Amino acid sequence: MILIWLIAILLIGGAVAWVLGRWSTPATRWIALAATSADFVITLVIWLRHYGRLSIVSRGNWLDQFDWDWIPRFGIHFHLALDGLSLLLLMLTFFLGIVSVLVSWAEIQNAVGFFHLNLLWVLAGMTGVFLALDLFLFYFAWELMLVPMYFLIALWGHERRQYASVKFFIFTQLSGLLMLIAILALYFAHQAATGVYTFEYEELLSTPLSSTAAWWIMLGFFVAFAVKLPVVPVHTWLPDAHTEAPTAGSVVLAGLLLKTGAYGLLRFVVPLFPNSAHQFAPIAMILAVIGILYGGVLAFGQTDFKRLVAYTSVSHLGFVLLGIFAWNELALQGAVVTMIAHGISTGALFVIAGLLQDRMHTRDMSRMSGLWSTVPRLSGAALFFALGSLGLPGLGDFVGEFLVLLGTYRVSRVLTILATIGVLVATFYALRLVQRAFHGANVHEWHLPDLVKREVLILSPMIVVLLWLGLYPLPVLRTFKPAMRSLQQYASRPIAEAK
Amino acid sequence: VNGADVIALLPIIVVAGVPVLVMLTTAVRRSHAFTLGLTLAGLGAAFRCTWLAGSVEPRQATALLTIDNYSLFYFRLLIAAVFAVAILTYDYLSKRDLHREELYILLLVATVGAMVLVASSHFASFFLGLETLSISLYAMIAYLRMSRPLEAGIKYLVLAAASAAFLLFGMALVYADLGTMEFARMSQMLQGTRDGTLLTAGMALIITGIGFKLALVPFHLWTPDVYEGAPAPVTAFIATVSKGAMFALLLRYFYSAGGIAERHIVLVFTIVAIGSMIAGNLLALLQDNVKRILAYSSIAHMGYLLVAFLVSGQFAVEAVTFYLVAYFVTTLGAFGIISVMSSANGEPEEMEDYRGLFWQRPSLAGVFTAMLLSLAGIPMTAGFIGKFYIVAAGASSARWALIIILVVSSVIGLFYYLRLVAMMYATADAQPTTIAVRATSMGGVVLATLTGLLLWLGVYPNPILHMIQNVFPK
Repeated sequence: MILIWLIAILLIGGAVAWVLGRWSTPATRWIALAATSADFVITLVIWLRHYGRLSIVSRGNWLDQFDWDWIPRFGIHFHLALDGLSLLLLMLTFFLGIVSVLVSWAEIQNAVGFFHLNLLWVLAGMTGVFLALDLFLFYFAWELMLVPMYFLIALWGHERRQYASVKFFIFTQLSGLLMLIAILALYFAHQAATGVYTFEYEELLSTPLSSTAAWWIMLGFFVAFAVKLPVVPVHTWLPDAHTEAPTAGSVVLAGLLLKTGAYGLLRFVVPLFPNSAHQFAPIAMILAVIGILYGGVLAFGQTDFKRLVAYTSVSHLGFVLLGIFAWNELALQGAVVTMIAHGISTGALFVIAGLLQDRMHTRDMSRMSGLWSTVPRLSGAALFFALGSLGLPGLGDFVGEFLVLLGTYRVSRVLTILATIGVLVATFYALRLVQRAFHGANVHEWHLPDLVKREVLILSPMIVVLLWLGLYPLPVLRTFKPAMRSLQQYASRPIAEAK
Repeated sequence: VNGADVIALLPIIVVAGVPVLVMLTTAVRRSHAFTLGLTLAGLGAAFRCTWLAGSVEPRQATALLTIDNYSLFYFRLLIAAVFAVAILTYDYLSKRDLHREELYILLLVATVGAMVLVASSHFASFFLGLETLSISLYAMIAYLRMSRPLEAGIKYLVLAAASAAFLLFGMALVYADLGTMEFARMSQMLQGTRDGTLLTAGMALIITGIGFKLALVPFHLWTPDVYEGAPAPVTAFIATVSKGAMFALLLRYFYSAGGIAERHIVLVFTIVAIGSMIAGNLLALLQDNVKRILAYSSIAHMGYLLVAFLVSGQFAVEAVTFYLVAYFVTTLGAFGIISVMSSANGEPEEMEDYRGLFWQRPSLAGVFTAMLLSLAGIPMTAGFIGKFYIVAAGASSARWALIIILVVSSVIGLFYYLRLVAMMYATADAQPTTIAVRATSMGGVVLATLTGLLLWLGVYPNPILHMIQNVFPK
């Protein structure tokens, strides 16, 4: 029951914030903050309560479930379930949700109520995605994220917001519809084999499929997740959307939306179609390495602060893809840690970009130089997160990427070596960012206010979490380990093959 | 004709009786509000009578009309839609200075035609229903008697008359070959082997006639002009009642008279469906006029419906019926916005008229956004479940090519829906919308109800799914 509250709090909070927005702007912000904080506290309590009992490994070990017959005509259930993986991603969601509300406190000044409606509803959609165990519900939540995100970019974005928002919408909608076709194909294949109409994840796991059918259906899912992740040939929406979105939008996009793609691959693609995924793995891993290198090189070439950070996402998420398709314990652990660490470090870099834009009204790094002398605290934070992004040992990203590389080494040495070059490229772009924007002489004679209390309050927990992930990641690893075990069990089950 | 037949036909009889009453009262004294009240009361009574008729269903009332679950469901749908259209019409005409009462007479007569179409099981009633509908529509489209409505009315008159001629010729050929005009008998006749030239030619001509009415590619050319020229509530009527009734007939004709199994027919409909989906969405991209955009989008939606139609069987009927319900709600809402926002000087037709609407009238912009998102098939709206139903129907019989075309073309469709949405939310730094927006409370109630229905169907469609589960043309 608590699971449905996680979604309901956000939906209701958003609606209340919208209504209140007509009368009082501060009330709106406080409501939004209360809703996201309430959800964060709930997930934290769940985590602490279950922490001692997490290691029990059994098939489908869910910490909590909610099941309701939603549309019986099609065998659709409103089925939510929580395991360690979902729990961690939800905590990330609500954490970054709080960050997004706080970071918009001064930045968003028009239509504040409607802004928070959209923000909270995007988060609600994501919560649904991370919890859904019914494929129809999953698709429903998947699409539900889209419209509010579109509005966030289109209404409160920067100069080219129309172009960026439409591009984002079209890319994700098309790929989402391909996934819908794949889901339906699986649904009818399951019905043909068993006579039961169901979208239930755990039942669909046992669908016998011919290898051709499995291949095509797997591809349908993969394309949808690949667009969100993003994988290189279909990544072009990302730099535009991230750059043009308001700060909160960029944080949500980079920190969370991309993770839904990775989550989909982990939860659905490999467990549902293990054989096809195994066949497809070399292609996916090559695409991942291309993404790592290509994203890194392009990031190096950017002059727009946000665009640079956006391209680093392409590179980092390449590691996630690599880890998922290497599909061994180390690589998977690495992929999940990278997902979380990237959410924090890149989210923080977008926050910093937003703070700079607020103060300077530009994102162009050629107009920034020597900012350290005028905003030392902000520059220090930027350096910290840039080091996180380049994979400095001791910070979260390093743990994730290192584990991915270790895991991949067992599968393919060539790809590991190439991916390691990607880590090197990261050093170049991250240090170049710091050097161009913050070091050197303050030639443009900027005099800017340094971080205020609210901004310190946003950035310091992010620093703490990133350090914690880097120095003592064990609690996190422990939390998602049983979930990953059962995913691996699903994937290694004997497959009944249809003729 | 015995008592039970009369009960079965009561919904049609009531709807046919109201215009006579309206005519008589108007002859005594003109009162716009009274006419509306009478119209709504009549529609309400007819709606109630569908349950009375349900007590004797299924019944072949005369050789011409079949009253079964299917007819009754569509009766209710049509009556409810006309109910909304009548209120929108009242709202629309109140702002204008002209004789208003006659439009309600035409509206009700057209509804009788649509109801006859839905129930017809015979070529004669098919043709009579169609003509009753069309002839009333000529006058309704040109009702404002200004240059563009007149142009649209005459265009519709010429083309509809031509297509009716095709249809009649087709019926004659089929009759010449099979020797019967009853749908049920036709399916028996089709069992035997025969030289099908005459029949195929007849079918092709009938499809032409139906295709015109549904505005399927390549018979769609009239649509944008008529949609643009007709008064907004009338456009809403054409888009929903007229097309919906025709689609209901299409299903009944091809499923009960057979023919959907024919290879040629399937091929023709496949090509028409693909053409409608692609052309409708692509041509809408080129438009700046909102009514024309909705016209082209309706062409595409008819194409989507054909995808489900081609699947045939119980699932297809369900998918088509649900989609039509969703489409009715959405289309009425979209044209309702245009109608509510219109003034004595005209309707807000251009995209520019909607610039920054959200910042001035957030509720109107919100309703329009919901309608457009439903047309685009976004979750939480009726359009999403409708599209899901159609894709599911296609997937259930593995028509992958058609589904993929549907998906790709509907993504093209997103461009123009989003363009319109973006326009409404654009910050109006120039001047605000030129058209004074003043929704009367009745128009507002209709829009609020439609939005509520839209969300309800999109989030919890069980009741309606339950209703349409045993709806199948006999």
